[in-house]
Amino acid sequence: MITAFTEPFDALLNLQRALESHRESDWMEDLTTSQGPFPPINVFQQGNDLLAIIELPGVEKSSLQIQAKENTIRISGKKAISYPDGVSVHRRERISGEFDRTLSLPVQVDPDRIKAEYRDGILALSLPRPERDKPRTITIN
Amino acid sequence: MDSEQQLQMQEKRDLERKPGQRTRRKPMDPTQELQVQQKREREGKEEATIPARIFLPMADIYETEDALKVVLEMPGVEKASVQVHVEDGVLNVEGRLDLSKYKGLLPVYTEYNIGHYSRSFRLSNKINQDKIGAEMKEGVLSLTLPKVEEAKPRTIEVV
Repeated sequence: MITAFTEPFDALLNLQRALESHRESDWMEDLTTSQGPFPPINVFQQGNDLLAIIELPGVEKSSLQIQAKENTIRISGKKAISYPDGVSVHRRERISGEFDRTLSLPVQVDPDRIKAEYRDGILALSLPRPERDKPRTITIN
Repeated sequence: MDSEQQLQMQEKRDLERKPGQRTRRKPMDPTQELQVQQKREREGKEEATIPARIFLPMADIYETEDALKVVLEMPGVEKASVQVHVEDGVLNVEGRLDLSKYKGLLPVYTEYNIGHYSRSFRLSNKINQDKIGAEMKEGVLSLTLPKVEEAKPRTIEVV
């Protein structure tokens, strides 16, 4: 399929399809240290490395903790919503509380080179594969 | 109606969970684990010209003595990409994502949807529509809608 211009929403549409196909994958199961499914995580592949994007609006940056070991990553923190006293609440849809989620990846990542960026309520983790896992090209004599 | 739908959605997802995983009981109980909310898509009469989807941001509305406060969660939206305007007594909030960041990425495992945000609220005439304030921090937009100075109710003495 040849496109005359690059489709900027390709990745997005692929994501919608992947989400809608209700793929029950036991890829990232909850481990025992996990408290539950929050926050929701999307994992993308960028070249050979993985990129995990997590939506965490309104989280205190100081309470956000990320720990990595071999092929597991643990994200924990506190999502706080505070109201002043004596207010009358008309609608409450946002959720608040502490979260602690551990995910295990099917591939090994290099914990020393993991980069985390938290901006505008999105936590982006770049998870590079270790050098020894990268495929090596073999020259033919 | 909305909370009923949310409860139904949560029950449906409870049934889909595999055995051995924890099931959730009451939502909104602070001692229970946090729920994952699925994004609700905004339904409109017109079709969009771009293939990106538009979702409703989660909103908290609460009332203080002087103002009505609306807090909307729009993760991924920068301050410059937020548009708030009032027209004909309707407050429109729009937040756009920078979808070029997702270019070249292949989804491997997905749990939530990505798209722009848009939500509208009908304002009563008790709101001073000229003095609406907005603040955006960490993907959370806080709107302050001050109330107009109302005539206080007066008791009338009968002589």
